Amino acid sequence: MKIVTGFLPSSPLNVSKSVTIHAILLAYTVIALFPIIVVIINAFKTRKAIFKDPLGLPDSESFTLAGFQEVLLRSDFGLYSWNSLVVTLLAVGLVLLLGAMAAWALTEYKFRGNFFIAFLFAMGIMIPIRLGTVSILSLMVELDLANTLTALVLVYIAQGLPLAVYILSEFVRTIPKELTEAARCDAVSEYKIFFCIILPLLKPAMATVAVFTMIPIWNDLWFPLILAPGEETRTITLGVQQFVGQYVTNWNSVLSALTLAIVPVLVLYTIFSRQLIRGLTSGAVK
Amino acid sequence: MTQHNHQDEKKPFPWHLVIFLAPALLIYITFSVYPLLDTLFLSLFNSQDGNSTFVGLQNFITLVTDDNWSHAFWNALLNNFKFFVIHMLLQNPIGLLLAILLSSPKLRLSGTYRTLIFMPTMLSVVIIGFVWQLLLSPIWGISEDFLYNIGLGQYFDAWLGKEGSALITLSFISVWQFVGIPMMLIYATLLNIPDDIVDAGTVDGANPLQTFWYIKLPLILPTIAMVSILTFVANFNAFELIYAVKGALAGPNFSTDLMGTFFYRTFFGFQLQQGSASMGAAVATLMFLIILVGVMLFLFFVQRRIQRFQF
Repeated sequence: MKIVTGFLPSSPLNVSKSVTIHAILLAYTVIALFPIIVVIINAFKTRKAIFKDPLGLPDSESFTLAGFQEVLLRSDFGLYSWNSLVVTLLAVGLVLLLGAMAAWALTEYKFRGNFFIAFLFAMGIMIPIRLGTVSILSLMVELDLANTLTALVLVYIAQGLPLAVYILSEFVRTIPKELTEAARCDAVSEYKIFFCIILPLLKPAMATVAVFTMIPIWNDLWFPLILAPGEETRTITLGVQQFVGQYVTNWNSVLSALTLAIVPVLVLYTIFSRQLIRGLTSGAVK
Repeated sequence: MTQHNHQDEKKPFPWHLVIFLAPALLIYITFSVYPLLDTLFLSLFNSQDGNSTFVGLQNFITLVTDDNWSHAFWNALLNNFKFFVIHMLLQNPIGLLLAILLSSPKLRLSGTYRTLIFMPTMLSVVIIGFVWQLLLSPIWGISEDFLYNIGLGQYFDAWLGKEGSALITLSFISVWQFVGIPMMLIYATLLNIPDDIVDAGTVDGANPLQTFWYIKLPLILPTIAMVSILTFVANFNAFELIYAVKGALAGPNFSTDLMGTFFYRTFFGFQLQQGSASMGAAVATLMFLIILVGVMLFLFFVQRRIQRFQF
């Protein structure tokens, strides 16, 4: 084997193969990013330049922030972002805490109904909560929660829990039994075992769950549209949807609105991409 | 028996169990399980004019056979299957190809490619829909000029605006956005294949194509099956893309209507048609059944048959 690996890189066949692979991957990367980049660079250009030279970078002559000014002054983008942030953080935080507690209870203790409850949570991974919308809306109206951020948080917790319980349960199983048994011998309470021993150990799995729970909540349109469409409770995705739909002919502000919605997510993604990719490849990093 | 009871009495009630489990279970049941079951139940009633009466399966019969409803329903269902088939034919093979290329041994920059190709998947479908709407718009010459530059100008058309091409164009946009998911999942499985197995094949004289076909492909089949069921569930749940680009009416002339948009219109109403909770519930129930049947078929046939390899 050593001879083979030492020989291969210098062989011409292998060089051309590697060039081909890079060419295909590079080409696909361009396809993946091109539309996003076009929108972002044009958001900084004058209307004239957007149409005259759509693919060019803004220069000193064509650079303008007019679109951004218009978006920020004419709509409540700040409020929408704040709403999204509050809903996402609260929902993700509670999914992590409640999900970890439930995962611990379901994996650690043997009790009647254990299997049934685990099955109930597992079903939620596949069946979209959206199909219960008719009842969710009437329930929220009855509870006097329509048009509140609380309604969104509650629904998103219910939506995020199944996957959280599943991933965290798998992780709890890998924690050595000796750890908890030793603590029980020392008469440490069950609460202390969970909060002081187990919860810190769950951190890496919780980071994965956080990223996977956060993305669909931040990007959701359905529930904000149905449960909280009011001006005060609009989330960023709903805000962009309505703003862009309304000003579809004002290219400067449409492109700026889209950029304002894209850039924060891309920045977050760049920060968390390692965590996300590790979660997706489930530790298979070579 | 008495011995057993005695032991039970001695054991204190497991309060900690309740405290750990109850909050999650309560929220999950109240806002997910109950609404789903209640929706299924509601689909058996007629809720028009403020009072609801039990009508059995009448709503479903109306949906499938009534002149006012059945056309829209079958249209949405058929479109949804087209949408799904295009994803299966494009998204998963492209994802597979990218995953194979990414996993080639000693590939430089593979992490960078992965991160960048996955980027569109992170963004909201709503935003992606608008981005493509701008790019493909006949007003903004980007795609038209681009096609002329590569000599295909005569093929340019308002793809999103025409009945014949709007749904296919939207499917392509969706495929473009979500190709990262099969890529990542298959890539992870490929990385998990131990080198020994592949090396053993190479030593036995297998060329790279044979190595892939006889060694790697059987090992990634379970992942491909899983990606397919995820695609199925996501496609039958799709709504945002159509709503953002085409509005609730899924134009032109309902040619881009999917079950999700049909559900939304049935529940909330549009133009002259009044919204109906019970008809909405009936549509949701049918979507539920379609997804459930898909998941069951997957669990019982695909997953059980495919040999599972433990590494």
